Amino acid sequence: MRLLILDDEKDVCHFAAKLVKKRINEYAPTEDRPFVLGLPTGGTPKKMYDRLVEFYQEGQLSFKHVITFNMDEYVGLPIEHPESYHSYMWQNLFKHVDIDPENVNILDGNAPDLQLECANYEAKMQQLGGVKLYIGGIGPDGHVAFNEPGSSLASLTRVKTLNMDTIRANARFFGDDISKVPTQALTVGVRTVMNAEEVLILVSGAHKAMALRMAVEEGINHMCTASAFQMHPNAIFICDDDSTLELRVKTVKYFKDLMKVHAKIAD
Amino acid sequence: MTLITRFTNCRVLRNGKLIRDDLYVRDGKIIDYMQIFYEERRKCDIALDCKGRIIAPGFIDLQINGGFGYDFSHDCEKIESAVREVAQRLLSSGVIGFCPTLVTSDPAVYPEVLKKIRKETGGKHGAAILGLHLEGPFIAMDKRGAHNPSYVRTLENGVCDLTDVYGNDLSSVAIVTLAPELDIRREVIKYLSSRGVRVALGHSTASLRDAEIGASNGASLITHLFNAMPLFHHRDPGVVGLLTSEVSPRPLFYGIIADGVHTHFETLRIAHRINPQNLVLVTDAISAMGLENGKHFIGDMQVVIEGKRATIDGTSTLCGCVSSLDFCVRQFHAASGCSIEEALEAASLHPAQALGLANKGSLDVGSDADFVIVNDDIQIQSTWIAGEMVYSL
Repeated sequence: MRLLILDDEKDVCHFAAKLVKKRINEYAPTEDRPFVLGLPTGGTPKKMYDRLVEFYQEGQLSFKHVITFNMDEYVGLPIEHPESYHSYMWQNLFKHVDIDPENVNILDGNAPDLQLECANYEAKMQQLGGVKLYIGGIGPDGHVAFNEPGSSLASLTRVKTLNMDTIRANARFFGDDISKVPTQALTVGVRTVMNAEEVLILVSGAHKAMALRMAVEEGINHMCTASAFQMHPNAIFICDDDSTLELRVKTVKYFKDLMKVHAKIAD
Repeated sequence: MTLITRFTNCRVLRNGKLIRDDLYVRDGKIIDYMQIFYEERRKCDIALDCKGRIIAPGFIDLQINGGFGYDFSHDCEKIESAVREVAQRLLSSGVIGFCPTLVTSDPAVYPEVLKKIRKETGGKHGAAILGLHLEGPFIAMDKRGAHNPSYVRTLENGVCDLTDVYGNDLSSVAIVTLAPELDIRREVIKYLSSRGVRVALGHSTASLRDAEIGASNGASLITHLFNAMPLFHHRDPGVVGLLTSEVSPRPLFYGIIADGVHTHFETLRIAHRINPQNLVLVTDAISAMGLENGKHFIGDMQVVIEGKRATIDGTSTLCGCVSSLDFCVRQFHAASGCSIEEALEAASLHPAQALGLANKGSLDVGSDADFVIVNDDIQIQSTWIAGEMVYSL
């Protein structure tokens, strides 16, 4: 596991975008050999998407042969709802780039058979040879996608009933009306992300400091699902200074020392 | 399979704001392409680069008496071709729909015109005909303006007087301008409103009380505010008083001629600040609109055009507006100090609302793809009806 410590959220996102660009371009995807990319939603990755759009506009990156798999979506929320993750992805990335609509995969929270939808999603990733690079954020409780504390670290894509903390935290997106917040979501599992060849976790802000500490300094524990990536052969946490507040000085120094090497991985 | 067109690199006027966004059109309607992207997995067929310009809803002119040498009220015999020709040529001023306006005329004219000029959708052939605007003959003699006094009528017998002139079939009529004080039986405005005709108050000497009764009975517009009505009087504000009346069930839309000739800039500013959401720009254009400088005949009058002024030859009497609607939008923007968004909506959203046209005047999903592309100086670059380009510079 690598931990990169950068100054602020902007640096985190720009670094992540650069790495995504590098991975796609060095793979040189074609129609028969597409690049399979896992994508997150949320506050932190927004600037990463902005940067990716800039790369596209500058002609440095194309999504023509990229297949995407998003992490999650609410159950029962119409896709045109401004808080749906379909809307998020459309506004932040898809409408700006040359991605083929056939290549976009987001879990359908309105599918008649949700279990089947999840099983198909998982199967489709495997048919395509697995995800090359999965990008994720983490929640203040260390959750990845909707894998809240207590989720099995062996979980695959499934229907998840959201806990009260998550519902309360999300009320701000639904006019502060808790009754409007969806109570269920479809989400990839921890193992789904673990199955990717490479995992990139973006962390920014002081409110994520406890989660980052749990994820990188404590043991592997389902109460902080992001800690599972300690076992991933190729996982990178990219975080800003603020989110390292709860780490030990030793940990920070160790990884800051390594920045000489790590800073080059996206070049 | 129908094509999806994407207008990109543009600023779209939505909810009163210019937003950097793309506009998508399919089957002549504005669509939410995101849903198609996810559900139909369709790509856009055509992408058009708008070069950073503004896309605004197409303009609607509720009051236009003619133009390009044609006068709807004088050329009744060839009114169909006159309307058709004007409809075509209005496209270059960004107009996607209009109400051909008939001033007070010989009663014999009405049944003919009402039969000949039907509502019609727009397209390459011209702007949509949204219904006639019958300005008169039920107007106040004292405020008849240039209308022929021998045809001016009253409404003593209420609806009977109305149908005597207009007939029973009002399906081709969108707006009737009348003086509310004439509706002494208080049935004519109600009758018209109940038949889907918008009643505009104008050419009137009404007291505020009479005007308010008119509004309560269904009138929803004021015809060319300040023109053809008594000067604003502080003890009885008359029709002008409707703008802030608390008795009127809803704010009335009010037409304004913003050609820089008919209404002083300061007056425009006053009109704008009272109730900007209800201001409607109209041209009230005459046949000389669109003609070159020089001497022209309108009916039997000789008219001199100098720039944006048209006067009766040998006098200084103004004889109507010769400016196009896009010019009025620019003038209004410059004069009132309003935002570009407000100026554009005054010629699109507000007239559409005044007519109750839910599918026009906005670029919301589901609306007709009738719009203009303008630069930052509000110069028309192109006009589109039902997603098809019908004019380009």
